[in-house]
Formats: sequence, C-alpha cells, structure tokens
Amino acid sequence: MKNIVVGFAAVIALLLTVAMLFTAGWVHPPILSSQTGFRGLGMDQLQTPAQAKLIKIANKLPDPIDPAPPGTDKAKDLYQNVQVLGDLTVDQFNRVMLGMAAWVAPADQSCNYCHGDNMVSDDKYTKRVARRMLLMVRDINKNWTAHVAQTGVVCYTCHRGAPVPKYTWFRGTPAGAGGYATSNQGMGHPTRLNGSTSLQADPFTDTLLGTYPIRVYSEKALPVGYGPSIQATERTYSLMISLAKSLGVNCDFCHNTRNFAQWDGAPTQRVTAWQGIQMVRHLNVDYLEPLKAELPTMRLGPLGDSPKVYCETCHQGVNKPLQGVSIAKDWPELGGVASH
Amino acid sequence: MSVFENIFSQVQVRPLEPEWGAGEDEGERIKVSAFSHWLGILGNAQLGPIYLGYYGLLSVIFGFFAIEIIGLNMLASVNWSPIEFLRQLPWLALEPPKPEYGLKLFPPLREGGWWLMAGGFLTASILLWWMRMYKRARDLKLGTHTAWAFASAIWLYLVLGFIRPILMGHWSEAVPFGIFPHLDWTAAFSLRYGNLYYDPFHMLSIAFLYGSALLFAMHGATILSVGRFGGEREVEQIVYRGTAAERAALFWRWTMGFNATMESIHRWGWWFAVLTPLTGGIGILLTGTVVDNWYLWAVQHHVAPAYPHMFPPVVDPAISGGAQ
Repeated sequence: MKNIVVGFAAVIALLLTVAMLFTAGWVHPPILSSQTGFRGLGMDQLQTPAQAKLIKIANKLPDPIDPAPPGTDKAKDLYQNVQVLGDLTVDQFNRVMLGMAAWVAPADQSCNYCHGDNMVSDDKYTKRVARRMLLMVRDINKNWTAHVAQTGVVCYTCHRGAPVPKYTWFRGTPAGAGGYATSNQGMGHPTRLNGSTSLQADPFTDTLLGTYPIRVYSEKALPVGYGPSIQATERTYSLMISLAKSLGVNCDFCHNTRNFAQWDGAPTQRVTAWQGIQMVRHLNVDYLEPLKAELPTMRLGPLGDSPKVYCETCHQGVNKPLQGVSIAKDWPELGGVASH
Repeated sequence: MSVFENIFSQVQVRPLEPEWGAGEDEGERIKVSAFSHWLGILGNAQLGPIYLGYYGLLSVIFGFFAIEIIGLNMLASVNWSPIEFLRQLPWLALEPPKPEYGLKLFPPLREGGWWLMAGGFLTASILLWWMRMYKRARDLKLGTHTAWAFASAIWLYLVLGFIRPILMGHWSEAVPFGIFPHLDWTAAFSLRYGNLYYDPFHMLSIAFLYGSALLFAMHGATILSVGRFGGEREVEQIVYRGTAAERAALFWRWTMGFNATMESIHRWGWWFAVLTPLTGGIGILLTGTVVDNWYLWAVQHHVAPAYPHMFPPVVDPAISGGAQ
C-alpha cells in the first residue's frame, strides 16, 4: 500500500513538474468566477486576486488638471499656427498643452518634446503627429460613441505617460529563411499578438488595417459551395485571441460559445466589440498608417510602417480602459461628452 | 506478496542466453540482443532481436524523408537558428498549400509543395509499416487484429489529410504538420464548421475514446489485482480456468452483475479502441462535405437543447449598420 501511494505521488509530482517547466502563465488559487449566462453553460469570467491587484496598479489614474476658467478669448486669435484647437479659449488650449505634457511627453522633456524655441514652428515631427492625434481623439469622442460610449478617451487612455503607447503593432511576421522554404502563410511562431499560439503571427494587417472578412462560419446547416478556408478561420481565431487577451476576458464575454456565430443569445458586449473593430480599422487607415510619412525611422517597424492600434492599445488588459473611469468627461476640450 | 502492488514490474526474467524465438525466416532477423535493467522495469528486459525486412526498411527510409522535409522546413522558418528551433519547436509548422491552389499537385514549394511531399512520404511510410505489421503477424501464424486496429488509425489519418481534402477540392483543408499547429487546426476546424461537439460521430468517437480508457483501467486493475494468484498469465488462464481468472470474474459479477471473460475483455478493448478513430474519421469526413454548420444541423434535428436567454436581445450590427 505504501508503495502505491509513494509511487502515485511521485508520478503526479513528476508530471506536474514537467508540465510547469514547459508551460507558462500558471496562476494559483483562489480563482474567482462570476457567472454571466444561464447556469451550467460555463458562461463565466475568471480572475485571480493577484491579477486584479496587477490590473489596479497598471490602471493608476493621472493627477487631475484643474478645469480652465471661463473665458472668451479664442486660442486662434492669440496664437499663430493653431490648426486644430483654434476653437478653444486660451485657457482651455493651454490646459490641453499641460495635459499632453503630462500624459504623453517624456518627463524630462515636457513641452520641449514637441516645441522648440519658436512655438509657432512645425519643425518637430512630434508636434505634427500630436496634431493628427488630437484630431483622432476628437473624432473618436464625437463619432464613435457606439464603442467608447459616454466614457470617451483622452491621450492618457493609450499613452499612460509614454510618447508611444505600450501596446502597438507593426506589420510582418518573424522572418524565415525564404527562398524555397515554406512560408507557412505567416503561421507557426508564438507572438504576443497571437497569444503564443501557432496561428498567424500577425492577424492584424488583413483585419485591422485591411478589410479582410472576419466572419468565417456558415449561416446554413448544409454546404453551399466552398466557404471560407481553414486558414481564414485561423486568422480570425488569432485576432479573437488577441482581442480577448487585450480585454482580460474569456471568449464567452462576447460569445455564446456553443455557437460563436449566433448574435441572438450572445452577450451585448459583442456589439460593442464589433463597433470597436470598425473603429480600430478606421483609426489605423485614416490616422496611424499615414503617420509613417512623419515619423523618424526609429519609430517605424521592420517593414517601415508606423505603429498601429489594436484593442490592447487602449484596453491594456481590462474590458473597460482605466477600469471604466472617464477622464474625458472633465475634458470638453477634447470633444468628449462634456463638450456636447 | 506485494510484488504487483507497484507502478512498475519488479520481477525481471533474464535467461542466460537471449531468446531468439521460433520462426521459419530466422535469417532475416537482425540478431543483436542485450538485456537492460531499465527496460525490465517497464517490460521485457531483453532488447532485440528485431525483424526489419524490406517493408520495414522502406518504411523507415520514407519516414526519414518525411521527418527530414518537415524538420528542415521548420528549421528554415526560424532562419536556420538552432536555438530558435529548440525554443519554438512546439509552435513550428509545415502548412498545407494555400486555398487558391485547390488540389494542384505541384504548388510552389514554399506555399505547400513541401507539405504535399512530406505527406506523400509519410503516407507511404505508414502504409508500408502496416504491411510489415500484417506480414509479421501472418508469419508468426497470428491473427491480424493488430494490423486492422492500426488500419483504423490510418483511416482517420487518411480522412484528415487525403480523402476529405480531395472531396473538398482543396489541399488547404488538410492538417498542418507541427505540434501546436495541428492542435490549433483542430480548434479552427471546429470553429469553422459550427462546433464539432454537435457532430454525432464526434460524440460516438468521444464515447469510444473515454470507454477505451475506462475499459483499459478496469482490465489493467483486474489483472494486476489477481497477479498474486498468477492472473497475469492470461493466455494460460483462458484455457485452464484457475483461481485468478475465477476470482477476477467473480469480482465483477459481484460488483456489477456482469463480467467479461478472460477472452472477451480483449474484444471489448479492441472494438472500443478501433471504433474511436473509425467513428471519428466518419465525423470528420461528413464535416464541410455534407454538413457545413453542425450547431445549426443539431438545431434542425432537435439535438441541441434550447436554454433561457440571459442577455437583452442582440442584433447583428452589420445588418443594423455601424457607427459610421
């Protein structure tokens, strides 16, 4: 009897050790689950206290900046070369400048990150990029409430004190030998973006920059011709894994996973996510991809493209960026809800 | 008498001279033999002689070609870096041809040509190994049960990589080579075709798979438990009913009212094992060829149960229109 127990324990210990050596991402109990769907269907969201603690630290809010006092002098009348924020009052305009210095510019450079001695000059690329980014923020807050709702976004939502947001993506897959060797259609390498799977290492170029169809399921029980390929499915799968990881959720946050395709009976978050994908496509095509003309080489990816956004750029591991706290409501200058 | 209450066998049989065995074609055996203590813990302590034969030799050669093509392509995909090869090995792939090549026999090497070649060599190797297995059994005057059990696994392999892709008209439907790649393919396959859990042949295959494990556990436990009465000498016990076999039978009859016999338990095991890939292969073969979405199929045929909706009604935003 003793032999059996000892032997059994030894085998279990050995298997667990081997499993832990070759896998990553282990968490320890307690694992907290919250049920979202009908009982018994596994519609649960999981989290550990350790993860919750990390998320809280990562989503520390910036120091608030006092609202601008009421005024009538427009920035465009006092300053030269104000192309985007001209409609603001002088105090509002300067408040935005303070915000960008705190949220985006490196701490040791502050205003100098974008401005030289001549404040009017557009010489620094950072200033030209910042202008595009302000347009983008206003566009999001004004036209994409289907995704950002009344919460809105400000520079800090993505930047969190860094000149380039922590989570961006570039085109391209890990380079192989080329020539006659297999290309594998961009698959077979673990990356941060594909959630360390062997699916497409770059699921985004086709789907979040291009408009490659994401839907791969069939809407009829029986076949009608040859539908989307397995490879297209793998691309969508890779994209969805990155989406789930970006939001720190499981698949069933948006899907009723017994039938991924079905809208009826799926959580409402799926509609918000769909709008988010449309928004990200728009931002990448209209704002971020064109930035490659402005950015210096050190900011570009291996294929010479600009850093682009995906879900994690804003969400950073939480289903609502900054855990749902709206900074934009205090920033009418950025075209958020407060300006309506 | 706790000899068999252990996870490995503690009794090692070691003749003074290696056993060469009976047989008419002794000349074809490679007469190299040795004893190993460690092998003796897991099974027979004697290693060899081995019978390779022409089928075996060709099988090993073709298998080597296949592994070589797969391995070198994987090494090329990390730009010939041995360190990256080891680091990324579980993820590395050799993918089938792109969808646009259909069933083309000679797509460009980098876009699936190598996959077709590796698949061809591997299939030849497997079929030759099957023939070798069949012939070894026949030459030893055995039944060919092992060969047919192996054939069941080969059926699933051929459905996945050959028969179904041909019916679908695309090599791209086939499984890639690679550890995680073939697992990710499996998940994607289920996603594409509307959840394989609703495929009745998938259900059957799972039932036989789990059944195989259960039967194996029951059988293994039964034989080990009567080991103290010599019950592991199953072949003798089939013919000469003795204490061990009687007790084992009695144990199950007392436990669940029915017992398999010393012979029939092996038929149970054989059929469960054989039916696992056999039904699984049918389930795969029907997917995409005659059923495109298993969930919708299951709804139509009242297989999928309905559950109360817990969320407000949701409408496809692509129909109602996006924000812009």
